[in-house]
Amino acid sequence: MARAAVSGRLTGRLRWQTATVEDVRDETGTARTLVLRAPDWRGHAAGQHVDVRLTAEDGYSTQRSYSLASAPGGDRIELTVQRIGDGEVSPYLVDVLEAGDQLELRGPVGGWFVWDPADPSPVLLMAGGSGVVPLMSMIRTRRNVGSRVLFRLLYSVRTPEERYYARELGPGGAQGGLDITHLYTRSAPEGPRRPPGRLTEDDVAAYGWPAEFAPMCFVCGPTGFVERAAEILVAQGHDPQRIRTERFGPVGG
Amino acid sequence: MRPTQAAGTTTGEAFQDGNVLAGPFREFFTTDLTTATGTCAACGRAGPLAELRVYTHAPGMVARCPECDAVVMRMVRGPEAAWLDMRGTTALRIPLPGE
Repeated sequence: MARAAVSGRLTGRLRWQTATVEDVRDETGTARTLVLRAPDWRGHAAGQHVDVRLTAEDGYSTQRSYSLASAPGGDRIELTVQRIGDGEVSPYLVDVLEAGDQLELRGPVGGWFVWDPADPSPVLLMAGGSGVVPLMSMIRTRRNVGSRVLFRLLYSVRTPEERYYARELGPGGAQGGLDITHLYTRSAPEGPRRPPGRLTEDDVAAYGWPAEFAPMCFVCGPTGFVERAAEILVAQGHDPQRIRTERFGPVGG
Repeated sequence: MRPTQAAGTTTGEAFQDGNVLAGPFREFFTTDLTTATGTCAACGRAGPLAELRVYTHAPGMVARCPECDAVVMRMVRGPEAAWLDMRGTTALRIPLPGE
């Protein structure tokens, strides 16, 4: 059922459409969520992305891919964009764009890095920094459809200040069957917790799922994080066929 | 284990993965191709196009095999046509969802 609905959205030639910014929300000092209204939106699957195209006065145009952060529903979609210092696109999206402005987008696209709510397997989500965005769409979709599929999120981020969706993924945003672990790489909150550092085998063993549960694993973040996480999962006996990865690179920003 | 890099490969440069091909492909294919399984002509690795390494610095996109780094696909989008060079891919298996 759900599968058929998704595959239906993945067919037909895709065109650029104009979306209007309805609202903007700061996530951190360098990242912002854009709430967009896309009148031609026909829904999406959790984990998909859009291509955003910006065109200058002189006709020069450039495009970037951004993951959808929101669950499907109506013609409102949300993207969360991290500013890349010398980037061509992200500084405009994070610092300049405001409610009422328009931008061109194409989507939803991508069928690989997608969670299917009809799949009863437990899910392990591993995020490095801004890689949490498509995983947030999966978490929100799970909540919206009332799914009882067991989810675990490992969210590796430099400092507590750099967390996205702090309220929704904080103590007040708990959902039954969703376990959330924040792993800090530079500085952690006070307390007798894990010392700051990069993802380790022990983290994955402690906060992930045992391989014999055969979870679906979704790993998203910078290349180094993704490759490390996937290596650890394979070493711990997870089936490579059940590890789906998406690299978020600061490629041109 | 990754094999030793051949001279002239681009390892070390920032790359994205094949998920970014989804939008460009949908300009001329009516189904999502990133879930299709491609076979590398150089080393025989078979895997979803979503797992390729994609370099976008050139005018166009160059996709390389994650196993042996050989170029498996090149795509250039012009104002009136798209050009897709697939000489590095021996086969594509495209899943057709059941009705």
